[in-house]
Amino acid sequence: MPKITVPLGPQHPALKEPGSFLLCLEGEQIVDATLRLGYNHRGVEKAAESRNYIQAMYLIERVCGICSHAHATAYVTNVEELAGVDIPKRAKAIRVIIGELERLHSHLLWLGVAAHEIGFDTLFMYSWRDREMVMDALETISGNRVHYSMNTLGGVRRDITAEQVKSVLSKVEALERRIKYYIELATEEPTVIARTKGVGVLPKDEAIKRCAAGPLARASGVARDTRKDDPYLIYNELDFKLITSDACDVFGRLYVRAFEMLESCKILKQVLNWLPEGAISIKIPVKLPPGQAVNRYEAPRGEDVHYLKSDGGLNPARVKVRAPTLANFASVDYMLKGDQLADAPLIIAAIDPCISCTDRATIITPSGTGIMIWQDMRAHGIEFYKRKGIDFSKVKVM
Amino acid sequence: MAKPLKAFGEVLKNLFKKPATSQYPVKKHTPAQHYRARIKFTPEECIGCGICMRNCPAAAIKITQINPQDKPQTLPDGKVIPAKRKFKCVIDLSKCIYCAQCVEGCPKKALKSTDEFELAAFDKNKLQDEFKHPDETQK
Repeated sequence: MPKITVPLGPQHPALKEPGSFLLCLEGEQIVDATLRLGYNHRGVEKAAESRNYIQAMYLIERVCGICSHAHATAYVTNVEELAGVDIPKRAKAIRVIIGELERLHSHLLWLGVAAHEIGFDTLFMYSWRDREMVMDALETISGNRVHYSMNTLGGVRRDITAEQVKSVLSKVEALERRIKYYIELATEEPTVIARTKGVGVLPKDEAIKRCAAGPLARASGVARDTRKDDPYLIYNELDFKLITSDACDVFGRLYVRAFEMLESCKILKQVLNWLPEGAISIKIPVKLPPGQAVNRYEAPRGEDVHYLKSDGGLNPARVKVRAPTLANFASVDYMLKGDQLADAPLIIAAIDPCISCTDRATIITPSGTGIMIWQDMRAHGIEFYKRKGIDFSKVKVM
Repeated sequence: MAKPLKAFGEVLKNLFKKPATSQYPVKKHTPAQHYRARIKFTPEECIGCGICMRNCPAAAIKITQINPQDKPQTLPDGKVIPAKRKFKCVIDLSKCIYCAQCVEGCPKKALKSTDEFELAAFDKNKLQDEFKHPDETQK
């Protein structure tokens, strides 16, 4: 049978984000897959170097829309480590509350996306409707639905009042009932089982070899969770289970995420009921002593690694972000091989990719001239589009 | 174990429920307590320390002095009248990311976050939110 290559993307292959997949097909079966990234590079790391520590925090928060608190917390923890301060316990607890609410909303969002890819739009509508409860809880605490801006250098910006605790707790309890229903639905509904069982298989040894992170690794039986392996904030004092599955397929990923939501509800109830008293932030100097720090944070999609280097100045000397999706993309081509073309969007969506998180660096070197500076890159871009016949005479080029 | 039509009961139940969508433009939305939207500036309170400008992640706020710099005056009885400086402020709403870091950092509470969120405009010039000092307006 002749082989054909089908491009999937770069215009939203599974989620509404740009990523290109070249699938080599034999009939309906995928025999080879190539991945191409870099469509969404925004130069966040470089931009952070021209801002002071507090400005960079708001920039880093905007690396991702879904796990904005994860990135901001990892960055802020680095800053606090360099400044050599220990933040108040209440601030840590509030960070955990926001982090777990964020995990709930991210997993519910993923459940909806996965249901949509399966073709089960009823579940998609219901899970996104119930996600509004989490969004409302986040809005009650932080004032905003997506970019919570809860962190500040040395603690958190807003305190949680007793009324807020009550309203969030009632929402968490209502949500827990809904999650239990979804678990029942997802594990017993034959359409879900038929579309997810045996699809996108990633065996345990392959998951370890390809450094899979987060729910993808846990669904392949790898018990890896930063909250357990390297506890940060107050996770070492909390009681929760590490959810793993030996299914190694999309069904396993669904199972892990669904039960993780229940664990998040459990953590939230613990922290909200025993919120420590005290201050919510301490002062951090404008200039940090020279040094470097690395910190890990279990984002909803997996392990998020942040690196920060200070040279003693007002601005960070280097910021490096390793988003969990970057670790998980290495497994995608393996999972795609041997599956049907119709399952490709579901397999891609099953790692919960966040491409704007991932696209940290693009190096364009036309004819081997080395790394380009901004002006060269701009000139190169204009020249590229001119060749494509785009008229630049009416465009003001600065 | 597979059970077909698992979601059917839920679908039937939802037939008789109110729509979950909020009727936003028809019904006004009430934001949460800590909601961060348009920033309001009180010129009389400002001392021109520039903390807001230094920490603004989007460089959206600009505070400028409107009167020429005068020196503190010493009266014959030894009293010192501090130099009076007056400021005006321009906030570029198209640049502002509404993090309210300026409100947080302001030592004199001259900046305040309001819950006015309907800020879209067809003309970019209309997004320049200018807060003049009352003395400047009189001239």
